[in-house]
This record gives sequence, structure tokens and C-alpha cells, in this order.
Amino acid sequence: MIDLAAGQTGKRHVENVQAAYMEMTRRKRLYGAAMLAVFVALMVSGFRLADDRSAGSFANGISNIFDFPGEVLREAGEKITLLPALMVKFFPSLLETINIAAASTLLGAMAAIVLSLLATRGLARWPRLIAVVRRLLDLLRAIPEIVIALVLIFILGGGPVPAMIAIALHTVGALGKLFSEVNENASLKPLDGLQSVGASWTQRMWLGVIPQVAPNYLSYALLRFEINIRASAILGFVGSGGIGYDLKNAFSWGQGRYDEVAAIFLLLFGTIVLFDQLSSHYRNKLTGKA
Amino acid sequence: MLKVRNLTKSFGANTAVDNVDFAVDRPAMIGIIGASGAGKSTLLRMLNRMTDATSGQIEFEGREVLKLSGARKRAWQSDCAMIFQQFNLVPRMDVVSNVLHGTLNARSSLATMFNLYPNADIHRAIDILDRLGIADHAAKRAESLSGGQQQRVAIARALMQDPRIILADEPIASLDPMNAQIVMDALRRIHDEDGRMVIANLHTLDTARKYCDRVIGMRMGRVVFDGTPAQLTTGVARDIYGAGASFSEAATSTALESPESAAAKALHEAEAAV
Repeated sequence: MIDLAAGQTGKRHVENVQAAYMEMTRRKRLYGAAMLAVFVALMVSGFRLADDRSAGSFANGISNIFDFPGEVLREAGEKITLLPALMVKFFPSLLETINIAAASTLLGAMAAIVLSLLATRGLARWPRLIAVVRRLLDLLRAIPEIVIALVLIFILGGGPVPAMIAIALHTVGALGKLFSEVNENASLKPLDGLQSVGASWTQRMWLGVIPQVAPNYLSYALLRFEINIRASAILGFVGSGGIGYDLKNAFSWGQGRYDEVAAIFLLLFGTIVLFDQLSSHYRNKLTGKA
Repeated sequence: MLKVRNLTKSFGANTAVDNVDFAVDRPAMIGIIGASGAGKSTLLRMLNRMTDATSGQIEFEGREVLKLSGARKRAWQSDCAMIFQQFNLVPRMDVVSNVLHGTLNARSSLATMFNLYPNADIHRAIDILDRLGIADHAAKRAESLSGGQQQRVAIARALMQDPRIILADEPIASLDPMNAQIVMDALRRIHDEDGRMVIANLHTLDTARKYCDRVIGMRMGRVVFDGTPAQLTTGVARDIYGAGASFSEAATSTALESPESAAAKALHEAEAAV
């Protein structure tokens, strides 16, 4: 149907363009095929190496992967009538876990606000210290919560306080970075206005920057709260209280306590889904139509 | 061949397209005119099935277009090419790849993920580009082209579909007068040479008069005029645009052949000669 006699340029010219484009396409395909081959080779060799270095074999172990959950589910199914009572029993530990997350998010976010302002070009109180503050934030982000928690438990003994401090420190690093990116997008004009009336640095930040960035701060803080609930549940495994501690005890008891494991999992799952939904609802409100 | 019956689209309480009814019995170049918000775009989007109609019927050679779904709906979309005001190309891909997207309906997803098209298709794509005068840009990224060139790439993508109908939604609204003329000439040539039906939303009277065999005027979702360009008098135009006695045709004109652009053209030619 498409008769192309009415070309704009000569037939020779079009053939040149076609030849050049085909050449380019062939080269691209060749590179693509080479990349694919390298990728497959790396994946295969990497998998083999990892399989050799593991204690068991992946191929033999894979069939057992559903045995444990199956065992847990079977026992939980037999004792299903006990689950509601167990959930009530473990509810206080769940509250402790959520409290650890809430307190650490609050403290971490407050410290992060100060440090993020000190780490933002154009806003910092001491511009020369920007690099130092940024490296401090990097450091706080780089150390895993569980490492800080283990050290603190060694010093302070087990309990919720070391967990709270550990998560708060990590939160300072993570939120400080995100907050300072938000700060960079804030308009400097209100700051000039406040400077012209003789406001101090603290006044300029509190009255000039924070009102501009507060919705974004809150949105990131809610996201972090969600992450911290998971983190605080995990820290229970190393002995810092909360529902993670109960979960570890039930697990290490083994058969006979799997109903408790199931109850704790259900509680934890429900809580995480609940806070996930709540925070995404409020974050949409804040960043969307606010 | 194309019959539209009682086609209606409402968004909540608002009716964007209200009981539109028309029939086309042979391939023609049809212009749809009207003020912005008259429902022209919604009508075209319903013809292509990008927007679902609230009620009514569209029939094309025995195919009940509004009842199609899944693969058959996509096959219809491949038969019914669409050209957009903002060109809607993939900016970071090269021009030929954008044109080859016209064949996506006939290709498997896996092959197209790796940009693998038959060589015959690649040759045909470049032939189409040559026909539209932009073969030299074949290997460039779409985003590096000017608006007029990008719109011609979009037309090439539409031609690559080998469609029965070409729908053009305000194809020249974001172009300067010179490029607008090139694009409209291209659409007209496609109609004349290939015998394809072209339905173009236009918001200027003079373009509709100059290029179309038939003009449909819409106002607030309803068809208020359907006739030849000759029947489109100033009084009728006033009704279509809902304007008072102060209505001047110049207000809806892109001035394709205005003295300024003719002078600019002469200047350009003089420069080229030197």
C-alpha cells in the first residue's frame, strides 16, 4: 500500500541512510549479544561458586524449603483456638516494640533536622563544617542498627533502651541525608527577608526554612517510622525486648510452641500492614494535595 | 465504511461528547472544528478506544468497535493510527525505533524488548521517513529534533501501522505556521496518494477550509455543523464557536499564507541562494 516513489531525496541517498542505520543496528545487536553472554556466564559461575562455598547444596536443600513453615502451620492449625488468647498475651510486647520505634523515630528526626540544616549548602551555620557533618551522617548510616545495639547491650545490659538508641542513631543518619536534600530545594528568598530584619540563624531556620519543608520532613519521618517498626522487632532477637524477643524464645523452644510463633507472626504482620497503610495515606495527603 | 451512532461520553455530571451521530461512506479528509473543550479530543480518543464511551455505537466495515476487547481491541488500534498534539514519541529512542513502534501490534513483547525488528521493517521505516523528508535524521534521538520534525516522525509511526484511518488530534497546535503547513501537506498527501481516511481535530477555520473535504463543527459536545468547506460561512462559524457579532475569523487563524510568513519564506530562499 505504501508506494514510496515520491521520496524527497534520491534513491541512492536513501540506500546510504538505510545501510548506515543497518550497520548501526548490527553493531548494537552484537554488543547486546556480547553483554548478554557475559551476564549469563557471570551468573552461572557466581552461582556455582556460591553453591560450592555453602555448607549444604542448594539443589538438595531447595526441596526442604517448605518443610519448616509447613511444620509451623500444621501445629498452629491444630491449636487454632488458642491463637486469640496468645495474641492478647503478646500484645504488651507488641506495644513495647512500637514504642521503641516511635521514640527512636522522634528523637532521630529531631537530631536529623538540626544536622541536616548544618549539612546543607547555603543554609549551614558554619559552611566549613558541612563536610564534617555530612561524613558524620554517612557514618551513622553506615553502621547497622544491630551492631550498635549489640555494643550497647554489652554496656547497658538488655532492654528496650539500647534498642531505642541504636535505631535512633541510624535514623539520624538516614533522615539527615533525606532532609538535607529537601532543604536544598527550599527557596532562599524568605531567608533574605528574615536576615534583613536582623534575625539570628536559629530564627531564620525555624521561621524561614521549616515552614517550607515541614510536609516533606513529616512524609519522610512517617516512612522511617514504618521501617523502624521492623527494625525494632528484629532487634528483639539480640535481647532488647519487645515482640522480637518473644518470637526468638518461641522459635528456639522448637516444636510445641509453634502456636506462639504463628500468633506473633500474625500480630507483627497485622501491625506492619496497618502502619504501612496509615503512613502511605498520610504521606499522600501531605505531598499530594496539601 | 465508518458509522458513529449516538456516541456519548460523560465524566460525572459533565457530558463531554453528547449524542454524536455521523457516517462516512468513503475515505475522506475530515476536519473537526470547535472551541477548546468542545469534545473534539474525547471523540477521537473514543474512536481509537483510548477512552471508553458511555453509550453509543461505532461501526467500521462491520466491526463493532466499542465491543472489541483484548487482542482484538489492540488490532483495531493498529488499524486506526493516532497523531497527537504533543507528538507523544519516546524521547530517548532514535527516530527509526520510534517509527518501528508502529509495528508493535504484530510483534512479540520479548523481541521488541530487545529492539529486534525484521530488516525489511527497518528499510520500510526509513523509506517512510524519506517520503516525509526526514530520512537524514534516522539515527538521531527523537528529542533532538524540532517540533515539526517530531510531528513528521509521529506521522511516520502512524504510516508504519499501515492503518485504515489516521486520527490527528490537533496535529499543528504546537507548531509554528511554516511547520504547520508542512505537516498538514503531509497529511493531505497521505490521503490523496494512499487513499487513507484522515480525521483531524483542528481549531482553526482556515486550515479546515484549505485541507478538508468535509468539516464537522462541534460545540459543547454536540455536532452543530456537518458539511463541505464551502458551506462553512462566517455565520455558521459564529455558531460553532458560540461567539457574538464581534467574531472575526482572524481570531481562529494560524495565518498559513499570511504576508509575514510569505516574506520569511522568500527571505529563507534568498539566503539559500546566496
